[in-house]
Parts: sequence; structure tokens; C-alpha cells
Amino acid sequence: MSKTTMDHAEASVAFNKDESYVDWHDETLWFVRQKRDRSSKLLPEWEQLRNTASQIKDYVLSHMDELLLSFEQKAKENGVHVHWAYNAAEHNEIVLGLLNRNRITKMVKSKSMLTEECHMNEFLSQNGIEVIDTDLGERIVQLRQEPPSHIVLPAIHLKKKDIGDLFHEHLGTDAGATDPQYLAEAARQHLRDKFLTRRAALTGVNFAIADTGGFVVATNEGNADMGAHLADIHIASMGFEKIIPRQEHLGVFLRLLARSATGQPVTTYNSHFKKPRDGQEMHIIIVDNGRTAQLGREDFRNSLKCIRCGACMNTCPVYRRSGGHSYHNAVAGPIGSILAPNLDMTKNADLPFASTLCGSCSNVCPVKIDIHDQLYKWRQVLAKGGYVPKAKEAGIKAMSAVLSQPRFYQWSGKLGRSVMRIMPFMVNNQLNPWYKNREMPEPPKESFRDWYVNNRRK
Amino acid sequence: MGTREMMLEKIRQNKPAATQLPESWYFDSEYADTEAKFTETLQAIFTQVVVVKNGEELLEKATEMFGDVVNRASTVPALAGWADFSLQVADPHELELIEMAILEADFGVAENGAVWISDQYLTHRVLPFITQNLAFVIRRNAIVNNMHDAYLRLTDTTGWGCFIAGPSKTADIEQSLVIGAHGARSMVIFLLDS
Ligand code: SF4
Repeated sequence: MSKTTMDHAEASVAFNKDESYVDWHDETLWFVRQKRDRSSKLLPEWEQLRNTASQIKDYVLSHMDELLLSFEQKAKENGVHVHWAYNAAEHNEIVLGLLNRNRITKMVKSKSMLTEECHMNEFLSQNGIEVIDTDLGERIVQLRQEPPSHIVLPAIHLKKKDIGDLFHEHLGTDAGATDPQYLAEAARQHLRDKFLTRRAALTGVNFAIADTGGFVVATNEGNADMGAHLADIHIASMGFEKIIPRQEHLGVFLRLLARSATGQPVTTYNSHFKKPRDGQEMHIIIVDNGRTAQLGREDFRNSLKCIRCGACMNTCPVYRRSGGHSYHNAVAGPIGSILAPNLDMTKNADLPFASTLCGSCSNVCPVKIDIHDQLYKWRQVLAKGGYVPKAKEAGIKAMSAVLSQPRFYQWSGKLGRSVMRIMPFMVNNQLNPWYKNREMPEPPKESFRDWYVNNRRK
Repeated sequence: MGTREMMLEKIRQNKPAATQLPESWYFDSEYADTEAKFTETLQAIFTQVVVVKNGEELLEKATEMFGDVVNRASTVPALAGWADFSLQVADPHELELIEMAILEADFGVAENGAVWISDQYLTHRVLPFITQNLAFVIRRNAIVNNMHDAYLRLTDTTGWGCFIAGPSKTADIEQSLVIGAHGARSMVIFLLDS
């Protein structure tokens, strides 16, 4: 499933080849962002809700061990098996072991970004297990043999025609058919057959509740429930940061999640699993995979508060015009760019640079993660550690020199303005990472500071 | 050291200094008319609300609306005669044939149109998902304002429960909304007066 990885800037160039396509992608996501705005404004207490959610998550980070232990104990009392996995390989082995023990070779799966992060599907298929993704968007990208491009809208990069062609090839729909109702109906029939014949189902976890041992899975399609309630064995995979202290806290998070994600007042299905049904086995895998390391990074630990709503992607001017695949990481967009360097600094050093630092992400984040500040801080860390390509590094070094000295800033601004007017090629060259895909704007004749000083004197 | 101990140990070493939970996580939503808000929210998510006085009227309505559907199932005692599909099956896969299910549920939430259903009212958890079309019956006085009120009400002693807000849906094909992704293709809520 992995294709040759280009860095974010190169992949963005490829994405930007067709201008009308990029405009469409941009507008589609902006439309989702606007739905979020309208929906959040219906709640006068919206900002207080965000603060409350953020505080609850701060509490979670600082009491993580106790909460996990309480969750484990309660879950076990409820008859659920609890497993711990330190990395992706351990997680995948646990899943394989459970399937092998039950002689199961085919499994349905509902959306789980964690299993994308662990590259579980590839691992299982190499071991003779067929995994069918059942979220419509995920099934679409699975048939195309590519990863999701968005954590909430996995096939947001595709047009009706792409999906029509794909379904014609794989599901036998009429050639040229692009009606969404018709295509979704074909997928419904195709996936019903899978739900009815698979004995194992894997789901993600949106929230795990320390004081009840239960967990909540949210979907609009109902695919997590169709899978889990029909299967003999239900496996739920969770990053350990999904824990919340009490069930009542769901009131806060469920009010925020769907409104932030798609603008819906609530996700269609919020399924609260606590005990397996009679005769069923239920397993929870608590996964680390770099999370303990991130918890130890003071500047970046807040990223573990994320509830995966996708709002930061929908609002991001870079994401909207570069597409999810350009981030070459399971989680794309602003939050993915903070999580990815923690997993691998060498591979993901480009991602914190895939941002204008405009701060729109931090403004919409329902748990108030300081996303753009963290992106800025990662740039420093990666540059210091020598992970940044030379051209970009020279740019940042110059930039931080400029920003740390006000007098130099005035001088270099003036110099920059005259250099750009006289010799624009000095700025628009390959050494300036900002030039890629951008015509540098016409330089103003005077800076705001010069203007301010002149006009105040008058 | 095993994986579990190692993870817990690293978490202990790396976690930040302790902070407190906020003083409150409850917010009030005072709607002038909770039932009207509930009905309006549900209309926006493609769900019809039908008020019925009692069990007899429920039966009348159900017959009028879904009389010619075959494979009808219900957990509501008043509809025992209406249903032609028995839920007394050992294997939940057999429920695949159900076209219409009318199920008893606990309460509704005005701000988002969600209805809480749980093991308490269900013989099979998959029933509200596998049926082609779905209706819930709740008491007219069992509508709370928002999710905070909902969780105050939820002692949740059962093994499984779900908030369901409207029919199953997807917008994964170019953001076009399609009703009936994997679960119910349509949804009706009966509000029962007594
Ligand atoms: S970082 Fe915030 S806005 Fe982005 S997906 Fe996570 S919770 Fe949503």
C-alpha cells in the first residue's frame, strides 16, 4: 500500500498540477469547515466547552497511569480481555494471535487510524488474513490500494467519477454511473455480505472510560456496530490517550466531536460497549507506539489531547491545497505534522514545515491544542538535530536570527524590500523554501513599521 | 519487565505535574419547549416524529404506516400482534431478513435528536442496525435537553447501549449525503403519551 514517498513539498507540486481539481478540493473542505462554524455557534457555551474539554484532557495526561489501571481493572471485571502493546509490531501480533487461535482468516474492520498507523492490514494480509474495511470511504481507498487522505473523510480527495470507475471494476456497477445514491447502495450490498459472513470484527475506540471500563465508538454509517454485534470476537484497538476519567465527561466530548468534525449535532451512532454479549469474546488492545515518548516531550505532549475530529485539516490552507497524501503519514494535516516527527524524525522532518503558522488550526481545535506553536517548535528541534534539508535549514536559521533581534529585523526588512525590487531572482530561487509554488508578492514600498513611524510623525 | 509494566513505568516517568479536573462539566440548555426542539432537530436529520396517545393508537399508526411491509419485528408489547417476525432466534444473523423494527427505547435528547437504546430493551444488540428500517417508541416525558442531562440519567448498568440519531448515513462520495449506509434506511420516532 505504501508508494514511494515524496516529501511534502514535492507531493504538493504533484497535487497542484490540475488547478481546477485543487480548487475543488480546497472548496470542499472549506465547506465542511463552514458547517463546523455554523454548528458550533448554536451553542452559546462553545468556548467554555472547549476549555472544559481541554482541562479534562490535561487531567488525563497527568493521571494517565492511574486512569489506565482503573480502566483495565473495570474492563476485566466486565469480562473483557485487556492487552498492552508497546509498538505497532506487538499490536499486530496480538491481533494475529487472536485470529489464529480462533482459526479465523477473514475480518471486518471499522475505521481505526491506529491500525493505519500500525500498518496492520498489510501485516495481516502477509499472514494470510483478509481484512475488509467497512467504512465506505475507507473501503473506497482500500480498493484503490491507497491510504485514507483524511482521518474523518478518508476519500475526500476523490471525485464521483473516480469512485464510479472503481465500483464498476470491483463491484460491477454500471459503466459511467456516478450517482452517489446508486454507488452507496452497491457498497451497502457488497459490505452486508461481509458483515454477515465474518466471525471477527475490529473497531477503533473514540473514548475509553476509566471508571466503567467501557468504551465508545462513533460512526455515521453504523458499520462498527454491524461488525461487532455479528462477530464472535470483537477486538478494539486504542491509543492509550483515548482514556477519559468518567462517563459523564462524554457529555462534553460528544457535544464537541461531531460539531467540530462535520457540523452535525452528534454522530449518528455513539455505541457504548462495556461487556461482551453472551457467547462473544471482547478484547481491548492498549497501544503505546511512541505515545509515552510524546508524553515526555513537554512542548509536544498536548498533541495527545487530540480527539481526531479533523477540524484542523479542514481549516488548514496548506492541507486544503496539498491533499492528505502529501503528508505521507497515517494522520495528515496540522495534527499529523506534530505526531509524525515523534514517530520518526528523519522521515517526517518536512512535515512541521507544511504550515503557514496562521493559527487557524489552534483556533478551531475543540480541545485547544496549541497546534501551530508546536509546529513552530518542532522546526527548531528538527533543525537543531540536523534533520532538516540544508536549503530549508539555512532559511530557518536566518529567520530565527531575524526574529530574535529587532534591529536586525528592521534592517533586513528594508534590505529585503530593496533586494526584491531590484533582483527578484535572489528571492525566487531554490534556496528559498517559501518560493516553491508561490510567486513572492510584490514587495511593499514601505514596511508597516516605516509607515507607522512616518504617519505618526505627521 | 513485561510490556504492560514498561508502558506504565514510562508513563509515570514522563507524565506532567498533576492538574485538577475542572470544577464542573455540566452546562444547562434551557429550551422553551423541549419536545418542540427534539422534533425540530429530528426533522433536520431526516426523522419523522409521530405523537400517539396510547398503545392502541400506536398499533393503529404502525399498521397504517407499515402495514404492507413483510418481516416486521417489535419489542413493544402493544405491537405484539402487529409483528410477523419473531425475535426468538438464537443466531443474530437470522435478523437479516427484518424490513421494519419498532423498538422500545429509554429517552431522547432534544439538542441532537439522539435516542438511547440499550441491552435492557433488546434481545439482540445488532437489531437496530441490521433492520432495513427503524422506529423507536419513547415516552413523551422522557426527553432531556442536552447530553449533560443525558449522562446524569444514564446509570448504564447494562453491557451495551447506544445513542442513535436518525437513520444511517454517509457523505463519503464527494460529500453528497446518502441516507442508508449500512444501518437503517429510515427512522421514525413515536412519542407515547401514556
Ligand atoms: S488536533 Fe484538535 S482540531 Fe485537529 S483533529 Fe485533533 S482535536 Fe481535532
